[in-house]
Amino acid sequence: MNIKKTSLNNLHIKYGAKLVEFAGYQMPIQYKDGIIQEHKYTRSHSGIFDVSHMGQLFISGGDDLTNDLEKIFPADLKKLKTNQSKYSFLMNNKGGIQDDLIITKTSDGFLIILNAACKYNDYEVIKSKLDNQYKLNLDESLSLIALQGPEAKNVLNKVIPGCDSLKFMNGNNHVYKNEKVYITRSGYTGEDGFEISIKNSDAETFVESLIENGSKLIGLGARDTLRMEAGLCLYGNDLDNDTSPIEANLKWAIPKSRIETEFVGSEVLKNQFQSGVKKLRVGIKPDSKVIARGNTKIYNDKNQEIGKVTSGTFGPSVEHPIAMGYVDNSYSTVNTKIFLEVRGKKIPANICNLPFYKKNYVKGEINV
Amino acid sequence: MSEVKYSKEHEWIKLDGEEATIGITKHATEMLGDIVFAELPEKGSNVDKDGTAGVVESTKAASDVYTPVSGEVIDTNQMIVDDPSKINEDPEESAWFFKLKIKDKSEMDSLMSKEEYEKFAKETSA
Repeated sequence: MNIKKTSLNNLHIKYGAKLVEFAGYQMPIQYKDGIIQEHKYTRSHSGIFDVSHMGQLFISGGDDLTNDLEKIFPADLKKLKTNQSKYSFLMNNKGGIQDDLIITKTSDGFLIILNAACKYNDYEVIKSKLDNQYKLNLDESLSLIALQGPEAKNVLNKVIPGCDSLKFMNGNNHVYKNEKVYITRSGYTGEDGFEISIKNSDAETFVESLIENGSKLIGLGARDTLRMEAGLCLYGNDLDNDTSPIEANLKWAIPKSRIETEFVGSEVLKNQFQSGVKKLRVGIKPDSKVIARGNTKIYNDKNQEIGKVTSGTFGPSVEHPIAMGYVDNSYSTVNTKIFLEVRGKKIPANICNLPFYKKNYVKGEINV
Repeated sequence: MSEVKYSKEHEWIKLDGEEATIGITKHATEMLGDIVFAELPEKGSNVDKDGTAGVVESTKAASDVYTPVSGEVIDTNQMIVDDPSKINEDPEESAWFFKLKIKDKSEMDSLMSKEEYEKFAKETSA
């Protein structure tokens, strides 16, 4: 299989990236500074992330599009204003998550940002569920750049003036070098930030100008530690086909107005809303410095297996090991004592609140 | 005069009489990235050549640390447990892992010299 390269591949090499294969793309895991410095730079200044491997799916055409998309996604798309974004899911009939995604209403339809590893399958699934009635464009002529951190708005405003007026989870069209770019205020780090959809041919000069204004390229390694501190899920680790949004503790992303309506997986979700779930995603804080990675088994104080860790690392900003995982619901209360089996030893830990690192988003108006 | 040798698992070993000091190489730390956790063998325990004698973890993953020779653990370096980032800073000097009373000096013979290791590290990381 051919490994794909993003439009920033040369730039990654220029800035000393260690490249790895991720979801079929050659991507930077880290640059010269290393994961911890990159993580901290994002929290204290701003970091640039090449997320061009993710899918940018544009759907348009037809008055019934909103209705038909609501039969697929459990989001309140009818209430969505133009340029407003919502976090949602593509589910299977069992309520399992096939992908988690961000839907934004555009002037002529919707833009859906999909995970890289899922995007081609998502495209086929969505296309077939829409009965081929609409225009779908998984646009690979566009790059996607995330700029995250407390200085993100100042840095971006110098390159694209006016973008700092965006509210969180809202987007708008802007102009860069006489070309249209679409910017949303969103991200995956627990920091204020933006995602910029830009023509492949402009991506490199755009990123260089962000760097000239004080930002730094950040690799997938720090992207992972940042999102874990922010308590955010990674598809394939914390979310999968056998896990529902309710089990994933993402109930907040299913609006009440949609619970009684029909969409793919709605039967299962309705049941889970009424009768509860057996397992639940929780935050986990080990007592000691031991790190519990994904697939670490979780036990109760009677040595019975009660779940497993799905993501775990050392949190550079919280300066402590952190993890998340799924436990039997009766153990999901904060401060419940649990044990993690690491290299044959049972390591004491506690169920804790998420996020580990407090969010610093710019709040938008509540439009619900 | 002390002798320093290297293993294919990227440990270095410095022998002074019967006392061997063992750590991981600079090359190993560069491959691992930022080290955030270190676990060492217990003082007084016996470790066997090529057996697991500790663990290091970076932000990305956990890796076993092997002992290139057999012996009794006579000392461990608490400094790297308290501050694992010292391993990235000074891997081949102050951030040693453990000291052994070596059992069989002939186990040193199969290990690599500095030149041999450098060549090995270059070839395997290419």
